[in-house]
Amino acid sequence: MSTTMEEIRDHGPGHHHDSVDRTGAPLVAMEDISIAFGGIHAVDHASIDLYPGEVVALLGHNGAGKSTLIKILSGAYKRDSGEIYVRGEKASIGNPRDAKAYGIETIYQTLALADNVDAAANLFLGREIMTAWGTLDDGAMEAEARKVMGRLNPNFRRFKEPVKALSGGQRQSVAIARAILFNAKILIMDEPTAALGPQETAQVADLIKELKKEDIGIFLISHDIHDVFDLSDRVVVMKNGQVVGSAKTEDVTKDEVLGMIILGKCPAGATPGPGAMKE
Amino acid sequence: MSEATSNTSVPGASPTIRSGGGLKGFMRATEIDTRMLGMIGALLVIWVGFHILSGGTFLTPRNLWNLSVQTASVGVMATGMVLVIVTRNIDLSVGSILGVTGMIMAVAQTQYLTPMLGYDSGLVWIATLIVGLLCGLVIGGLQGFIIAYLGVPAFIVTLGGLLVWRGGAWWVASGRTIPLTDDNFKLLGGGSDGSIGATWSWILAALAVVFIVFGAFAARRQRKRFAFAVKPMWAEAVTVGISVIAVIVATMIVNSYLLPGPLARRYADANGIAVPEGGLQISFGYAVPVLLFIGVGIVMTFIARRTRFGRYVFAIGGNPEAADLAGINTKRVTLMVFALMGMLAAVAAAISTARLSSATNAQGTLDELYTIAAAVIGGTSLAGGAGTIAGAMLGALVMQSLQSGMVLLGMDTPLQNIVVGAVLVVAVWLDTIYRRRAA
Repeated sequence: MSTTMEEIRDHGPGHHHDSVDRTGAPLVAMEDISIAFGGIHAVDHASIDLYPGEVVALLGHNGAGKSTLIKILSGAYKRDSGEIYVRGEKASIGNPRDAKAYGIETIYQTLALADNVDAAANLFLGREIMTAWGTLDDGAMEAEARKVMGRLNPNFRRFKEPVKALSGGQRQSVAIARAILFNAKILIMDEPTAALGPQETAQVADLIKELKKEDIGIFLISHDIHDVFDLSDRVVVMKNGQVVGSAKTEDVTKDEVLGMIILGKCPAGATPGPGAMKE
Repeated sequence: MSEATSNTSVPGASPTIRSGGGLKGFMRATEIDTRMLGMIGALLVIWVGFHILSGGTFLTPRNLWNLSVQTASVGVMATGMVLVIVTRNIDLSVGSILGVTGMIMAVAQTQYLTPMLGYDSGLVWIATLIVGLLCGLVIGGLQGFIIAYLGVPAFIVTLGGLLVWRGGAWWVASGRTIPLTDDNFKLLGGGSDGSIGATWSWILAALAVVFIVFGAFAARRQRKRFAFAVKPMWAEAVTVGISVIAVIVATMIVNSYLLPGPLARRYADANGIAVPEGGLQISFGYAVPVLLFIGVGIVMTFIARRTRFGRYVFAIGGNPEAADLAGINTKRVTLMVFALMGMLAAVAAAISTARLSSATNAQGTLDELYTIAAAVIGGTSLAGGAGTIAGAMLGALVMQSLQSGMVLLGMDTPLQNIVVGAVLVVAVWLDTIYRRRAA
């Protein structure tokens, strides 16, 4: 890698200097993960890591295995082999509750909201606030919901309605609020802006920058490089269940990353993985 | 978008819900459910219709009292069926579970508990009930286990259960009819002995009124604690007022149903009451099974709305995958829903066995269909995720009103079935239209 190339990229439009401290143990490291569904290797010996305050974009076509890999981290799927480390220590994640206990929160592409109950019930689903008598404390939950929603979406007023009555952006805010309400350390966002308009997309971008400052590590999953390139510190590309390679965002161009996604071709600025096209 | 409520930054001061004028504003301010109102309207139409057609015999204290007792058994099961259907399941076996648990209770009472505890023991009835409830719990739990953990669809498991437990009911007593021996247990079925009389009915009514008023104040205080918007005072007064009047009217009706002459005289003799001039005026009051039904309704409403379990039941119905991803143990919740359903079928069995004073092999036949119909007419969506306990209780009353009314008119059983079936389809069709409009 030549210094001149780096200098040029540092001053390129939309690129920030990489300020992530990667000296300590990674916040999370998934090593040599495999999972197969009926003989198809959805994820094939994939490794990926994430540091505090870092945004890692996980890219690839539909069916490349990125969502499956991340669902293993969030506890939705059980891996066939491989290990997960959280802050350098081996973590046992067998279901979504385990993942949440490690501070891993996920915003799914489908948002995973119970459409028939209100925003507060969704925010606290599985972690309800209870009264001294062991009953649901709906008042306290609504009050907390109003606080966090006031931060994310100050115009939101529809606390009494089931979330199916809300707009796409409002539903997205509810899903995001649920993820950050419980002091997430690791945030997974699956296609976070796919269903949003330009203004809401900008809001999500602002939120990501704010969460970075709080040393939260974020995985951004997308099939569209334009959604995430400017937000991420690092990109990891997957193809056919394997990792093609990873690179600091400042070391590669969008076209090079597109080459990784489409052809599996690793550019000079990237570290090749097992899925890289052989020369 | 922000029509209903507005948060305030002034602590301690709760804004009043801005309701606007007209009927729409009235409904919004009082938070009265339009669907519930529609059902009450339908019920009144049915009642008045039958009253006119039967030449004035439907809306009499005697008929309404009987109606309340007849509703209890299916109504108890309908409260559980709501939770089953809300989780996107179905239970076709409840009539058969009623049959087998009723038979088990009768056999346990006559052959084991009465000889063991003594003929006069006051413990026989409760021991019988506990045996029945445990059997219902185990049967429902077993079906729930197969559905949740072995992944067999609820439709199939409970269709199997429909046959298995009906066969079980026959097998327990080789098809014989078993008469009950314990008189205390028979009180669960109602009748002149199984009613609480005028004085206790008024005491309970007074308690209910206190409960309603206190509940309204507690809800208001809770909302003020977080400075949320509250109902306007007049709307509060209207909803509390209507509930209180309903309680008082119901109590007046059951108290104006008097014991017939010979029964009243026997009662007076047994209790050493002197017969006054102009004959005895002894009221039935609320029947025990009706009180049991209302009690079950209150407990089930509490479970559905105030507990974690109830919240999870609805979340699973709304989006099973989301519930799973939120860390809810959906399999355990499903198992518990079916176990609860089994237990409620046993409560219904106790009521109907006590009412007949005996357990028969065919008891509860077709009750699964009436139970499901009651829940669905009461607004429970077969798509899952939506339904209320109170709605199902009203639904059971609608179903029973139809049936009793047709009996009163002397309609043949086949024709009754045709009407009930058609009403069910029309009710669900109307509900579908309502939901499409609301969406």
